[in-house]
Amino acid sequence: MNQVVGIDVGGTFTDLIVLDDKTGKVRISKVPSTPENQAFGVLNAIGDAGVSLNEVDTIIHGTTVTTNALLERKVAACGLITTKGFRDSLELGRRTRPRPYGMTGTFECLIPRDLRLEVTERMDASGNAILPLNEREVREAGQHFLSLGIEAVVIHFLHSYVNDTHERTAERIIREIWPNQFITRGSAIMAEYREYERGTTAIINAAVQPVLDRYIGKLQSELSKKGYPRDLLVMQGNGGTVSSQIISKSAVNTVMSGPASGVIAAAYTASESGYPNVITCDMGGTSCDVGLIRNGVPQVSSELEIEYAMPIHVPMVDVRTIGAGGGSIAHISPAGILEVGPESAGAVPGPICYGRGGNKPTITDANMVLGRLNPSIMTAAKVEPQSILDHLEEQIVGPLGLSSPFEAAAAIIKIANTKMAGALRMVSLARGYDPRDFVLFPFGGAGPLHASDLALELGVPKVLVPARPGITNAVGCSVADVRHDFVRTVNKSLSEVDMGDISAIFLEQERNGKETIEGEKIAVEEIKVLRDIDMQFQGQTHILTIEVDSSAVSRDALHDKFAKAYWDRFSVSLEEIRPMVVNVHTAVIGKRKAIALKDLLDPGNQSKTPEAAQTGERNVWFEGNPEKTIIYQREALPMGVTITGPAVIEQLDTTLIINPMDSFVVDSFGNIVLTIGAR
Amino acid sequence: MSDLDPITLAVIQSGLQQVCNEMDLAFVRSAFSPVISEALDRSDGIYDPETGDLIAQGELGLPVFVGTMQFGTKCVIDRAKNIKPGDVYIVNDPYLGGTHLMDVRFVKPFFYRGELFAWLANTGHWPDTGGSVPGGFSATATEVEQEGLRLPPVKLFKEGRIDEEILSIVLSNIRIADQRIGDIKAQAAALSVGEKRFEDLIERYGAETVKTAISELRKRAAQQMRACIQEIPDGNYHGVAFIDSDGVTNEPLQIDMKIRCEGTELYFDMSGSSPPCLGPMNSVIATTKSSIYLAIKHIFPEVPINAGTFEPLHIIEPKGTFLYAEYPRPVSGCAAEVSQRIAEAVFVALVKAIPEKVFAAPAGTSGNFCIGGYDPEKGRSYVMYVISGGGYGGNPLSDGLSNGCSTIGISKTTPIEVMEQYYPILFEEFSLHEGSGGAGKTRGGFGVNYTVKLRSGEARASMVMDHGRTGPLGALGGMNGGLNRVVVEREGQHYVPPHLSKDQDIQLRPGDLIRVSTPGGGGYGNPYERDPNLVDRDVKRGYYTKDQARDLFGVAITPEGVIDHEETKSLRAEEA
Repeated sequence: MNQVVGIDVGGTFTDLIVLDDKTGKVRISKVPSTPENQAFGVLNAIGDAGVSLNEVDTIIHGTTVTTNALLERKVAACGLITTKGFRDSLELGRRTRPRPYGMTGTFECLIPRDLRLEVTERMDASGNAILPLNEREVREAGQHFLSLGIEAVVIHFLHSYVNDTHERTAERIIREIWPNQFITRGSAIMAEYREYERGTTAIINAAVQPVLDRYIGKLQSELSKKGYPRDLLVMQGNGGTVSSQIISKSAVNTVMSGPASGVIAAAYTASESGYPNVITCDMGGTSCDVGLIRNGVPQVSSELEIEYAMPIHVPMVDVRTIGAGGGSIAHISPAGILEVGPESAGAVPGPICYGRGGNKPTITDANMVLGRLNPSIMTAAKVEPQSILDHLEEQIVGPLGLSSPFEAAAAIIKIANTKMAGALRMVSLARGYDPRDFVLFPFGGAGPLHASDLALELGVPKVLVPARPGITNAVGCSVADVRHDFVRTVNKSLSEVDMGDISAIFLEQERNGKETIEGEKIAVEEIKVLRDIDMQFQGQTHILTIEVDSSAVSRDALHDKFAKAYWDRFSVSLEEIRPMVVNVHTAVIGKRKAIALKDLLDPGNQSKTPEAAQTGERNVWFEGNPEKTIIYQREALPMGVTITGPAVIEQLDTTLIINPMDSFVVDSFGNIVLTIGAR
Repeated sequence: MSDLDPITLAVIQSGLQQVCNEMDLAFVRSAFSPVISEALDRSDGIYDPETGDLIAQGELGLPVFVGTMQFGTKCVIDRAKNIKPGDVYIVNDPYLGGTHLMDVRFVKPFFYRGELFAWLANTGHWPDTGGSVPGGFSATATEVEQEGLRLPPVKLFKEGRIDEEILSIVLSNIRIADQRIGDIKAQAAALSVGEKRFEDLIERYGAETVKTAISELRKRAAQQMRACIQEIPDGNYHGVAFIDSDGVTNEPLQIDMKIRCEGTELYFDMSGSSPPCLGPMNSVIATTKSSIYLAIKHIFPEVPINAGTFEPLHIIEPKGTFLYAEYPRPVSGCAAEVSQRIAEAVFVALVKAIPEKVFAAPAGTSGNFCIGGYDPEKGRSYVMYVISGGGYGGNPLSDGLSNGCSTIGISKTTPIEVMEQYYPILFEEFSLHEGSGGAGKTRGGFGVNYTVKLRSGEARASMVMDHGRTGPLGALGGMNGGLNRVVVEREGQHYVPPHLSKDQDIQLRPGDLIRVSTPGGGGYGNPYERDPNLVDRDVKRGYYTKDQARDLFGVAITPEGVIDHEETKSLRAEEA
């Protein structure tokens, strides 16, 4: 009973990893995802890996069920009960448009106007009830929704973050008549001000709650039938897991869980190898997700949007996405400038070299032409290498007046790298961090192909490549801790706020978190509590998050921390203006038993010498010239031996390129540490 | 041009863009003025060392500053003497390439290895620069002096050190001065961020290469703009837009936009517009030009912005009209309102030429509304600003967006829960302005209704809005969007401002209400061609009444709420 199973469902593949703590054995499976019901893919993966579920200690599952439901608008029928006069707030939004230029675009509220009902009640900003709640109207609204066959109800009142009594009463009334558990109360999802963001987060929760509940319910029962005795753990967007028993209560927490598990794996892997500060770069077929880890902790934000006008204001691992992936198409803009992406060839027709009908050159094709990818892919797909060169010649070389398709391919790679480097800079520099103090952690199928070029561009001295970049998300699932986040708005000036109140909020949040974890009955080794306070200067609207190490923080200490953080970020000091305490946030983390990742690659496959790991050589283009380059097989690389570039390292799920001036070594955890050489 | 390779060109293009984006971000995250930090009413860019021409500008800069900042920078260049690294000019003079006084520009010379390589500049909207009303939007000003403190270009920072004497003049002449020092530091720090990143870029690629790339990028942008214009059939196109009044004389002002398309060039003639006005609805020429630029950019959003983009746009300076204001004409309304009417006139003219690219008129007002007073409970004075969105025009692809941002802005509104925390007011309603979307094959989006009640203390309200007299224009047979309305309820009496959308110093007592409805967008195409199922859906949602469905769209809906197809057919046949 020492097996831990991590399962991640992606757009194309469902990945599974089984880690056996006692034997140190690792099993892996990659099967096609089954979008119509992700559970089939999950069960296939379990079957494929030959896992006997009665020997499994824990299953942790990352799913995109809620994300897909939301993006495709295949969600539950919901009704909204809200404060009189404000039923349109969630349709009207905050006066925006999808893009800075262009006066077109549309927005549809998840709950149409005829299913948004108003009841008499009103709190003011201090939490005084200036109009009592009309309970009869609440009941009638509930009955109306019942008669229409509505499945989930949202209760969202103004200022409920400061006084939630009306919301709680309304919830009690609806519970009396409601046939299921699908009732979402705005202030229970987040006790933060801003009615549009809180309300939208609440209706997203309600809309995906029944979808998630049904999915997890079925999967759990299938797993139980096959002998798995416990509750499944489900990944959340904050990078932690939660028991399947309670996940659907806050279903919104799973909406952006996909990218989070990758960052969690990066934090875990890099910390093990001794690198606490990491920039992650997950490059797949259509996009590139970028995240930041400081002191071993992934950066979290509560201000992300899943699409235009759909903010989800619960704490989530802060991942920025840009449209650059292997399938991104290279084209010439009307101004005659070479551009790469955001249009992607997707899986079909895909890059030219995959032979599925693609005829536009992509990043993957450029990598192929330059010898960075194994030409056997073309042989298998029955693609003539010349056809890629012809397409490049016609679409890029001719219009730009370049000398050869090889020059065009190098240009495509360079433009794509510039774009990604810009995004990597924005997540680091823009927060006041110098990328040179970080290591780069590339993963996904295409990340390692570009890592050494990106590191050079950014001035990052080292790159850490995990043992199996293609299944990083599944690894993230298997190592993720249990985590619950709580946020409460205070919004008082630092000089006036009662510091006793702050510590009382911290303690209450901590207690809530600990009770929840106890109730989940998940084995945790210790409980870790992270606390921070969002602050700003009076009059500002943007916040700066200040970490504090104890619930009893003093006014002076907080003042100094804020002043220092502000200086680090903006190089501005403002003695003239009063600091404000905006939100108090606690993350309660149940540390699960540590898992050793060193066996991700079977040690039995390792060679004694680098030479024995070589599988051949081919011409790879570096700096405009083809160069005979040695190909290594990843699994066979020996530990602790430094090898100098140029080199290509191949494995089933990705290819790593080592530039001529760089060198690398496999560390004792099985990761490749790549050192960027001086130029 | 030298033989700059296309790859380096593309890399430098995105490098320049990143320099500007990082300035934008640094400014917004550290600013105090909510108009800058939340409403993003600011812009940062890089300008030519001699001409001030635009080299690159942040992607999230306020659209109306697209064209103005290069004119403003030129005015600083013409007056600058003895410039040194670390100097920063401050200027807000509207007649020197500006907008209104509240838009304060910082302009900094950028030296590379001792040579003046470029200018870095940013503009930020300060919440107050003095003048007769808090916030600067006096609806009845007749001279610029009533609108606030006017600063010619002066060095606020000299070799990196702030000039305390100039600072004290500024701070002694504006309201809520204590927070402005925060904005001043943020605005200057953003330019320093740009300086650092620009220097890195030049270090990497070399000064000559970067210069070559800049001139090549300009050429390319002009080429791309010309390629877009080539798609417009040659000919003359006419658009007219109206401003309710200037706030002083209660008569509409007219923008007469004649556009001539000849091959790859567009010529804009506004000489038939109204003469200069007494009130603050005059526009300075920089803003007039910029409004045309941003309208064209809304139609062709894919063209990158630098000075080359504007080369094929030939604007005949409309001397003698209110669109070419000279000292001391008051101009506070030009950035927020007149600019949007100029853009509207461009849309109205060009939708006839390229209907597949252009849309019916959007609400096009910023809806500036302000309550200032004394809060007895908190024991302090306050000034509360509200901006509002409205409906966008129907377009070839879809119905217009509801509560869209102003044409010239990208600003979000402040949440009601935040405003109620800060000010002694209560919102009684924030709802969709039913029926305001102009009928059309694709209909306009809807405006907003809101009602604010004063809870305690005495207060005064002011507003500068528009489209109270004529709604945003429909296109190709579509109908106009709904009107902007303001009604004040004082002790049971109803008061409608005589100028409908503009007024100032409306006295309020506790319990008094102000009700505002903002315009909907214009409809696009014949409403009788709209899919009856969509009309039915709109009626179910309460966007329109059944009577409106019948009268405006020719769709009959039975009392039971289903479409009467027979009658719909005959209604629509009658029309034809």
